[in-house]
Amino acid sequence: MENIEQRVKKIVAEQLGVPETDVKTESSFVNDLGADSLDTVELVMALEEEFECEIPDEEAEKITTVQQAIDYVSAHLAK
Amino acid sequence: MYARIVGTGSYLPEQIVTNDDLAKRIETSDEWIASRTGIRQRHIAQPEQLTSDLALIAIERALESAGVAREEIDLLIVATTTPDNIFPSTACLLQERLGVHGFPAFDMQAVCAGFIYALATANAMIKSGAAQCAVIVGAEKLSNLINWEDRATCVLFGDGAGAVVLKASDEPGILHTQLHADGRYSGILKAEGRVTQGAIDGSPWIYMEGNAVFKFAVRALADVAEQTLAAAGLAKSDIDWLVPHQANLRIIEATAKHLHLPMEQVIVTVDKHGNTSAASIPLALDEGVKSGRIRPGQTLLLEGIGGGFAWGSVLLKY
Repeated sequence: MENIEQRVKKIVAEQLGVPETDVKTESSFVNDLGADSLDTVELVMALEEEFECEIPDEEAEKITTVQQAIDYVSAHLAK
Repeated sequence: MYARIVGTGSYLPEQIVTNDDLAKRIETSDEWIASRTGIRQRHIAQPEQLTSDLALIAIERALESAGVAREEIDLLIVATTTPDNIFPSTACLLQERLGVHGFPAFDMQAVCAGFIYALATANAMIKSGAAQCAVIVGAEKLSNLINWEDRATCVLFGDGAGAVVLKASDEPGILHTQLHADGRYSGILKAEGRVTQGAIDGSPWIYMEGNAVFKFAVRALADVAEQTLAAAGLAKSDIDWLVPHQANLRIIEATAKHLHLPMEQVIVTVDKHGNTSAASIPLALDEGVKSGRIRPGQTLLLEGIGGGFAWGSVLLKY
């Protein structure tokens, strides 16, 4: 079973069409991985599906890096 | 008894506005617009051209392709968000211009889902025996509602009209229709102005929360496709053509991906037409038919979604 970090990184790589090796925990979706605003919406939707959770829009706006996505998912799943 | 599409027709205003044309007026670029929406150009009506002018030509072309005389029409539904007048309905104005009258004619307002709503309504009326030969037209002069200073929305929309002729038939036509609405999302896509005491109260321009609309649309279109196929007892692989509402190429791509359909089986016109609201699906259908891609006997899934939120789908044998 892959851990949350690996699963998040895999989804980010798939959604943004970048090699998984380019996806670092500190990577910013927009600044480092070339995402536009719709890419980030699609990324959040993919995370919601993978982790079977709902990420409210106001929370989704704060998720701008891989680490923030991992943190959100970890906190949410721990509940 | 089925309702079957026996003819299609469409009309686009002659004036084409490209992304580069827009980039001369506002801060945007062809690359920015195309990468986010897939749109390269849109058709814009002349100031004196009204929705009924666009609709009339589309209807005449649809009747001609069907080989149906206007005297045979016994139902006319106009799907539009931009009627000529507050009243009478654009459908009644078109009756007058077509020179045939007496049968029911009305407008239907479900914004970008309007054509799907109208087609589902006509299907129900034909199946119940209330009509035999229906004309359904989606027609919009959305440029009336475009704020050309708002670069987030003005790049998205265009004008146009598309029509179909539906006839009662023993041969399979429309197999299943599915309509939905969720008024809790009315605030994320709207033009809320109203005429009150001789003045416009509220904004007369299109307002859209793009990211929220995108997310809602992708989910709703995936769900309604699943429901429609399940109700008709068909599989995703039975679909020959997806004819989606043309709002944004990335929404269309997400829908196709969900249906495991290659883009080669999707009719795409958003690049040339922009989002023409209720007109986009019949415009795309007509292009698919006239280009020879859509052929008799094939299975088509039509899907639309728009402000309200209102959405739905029509599964049919062409």
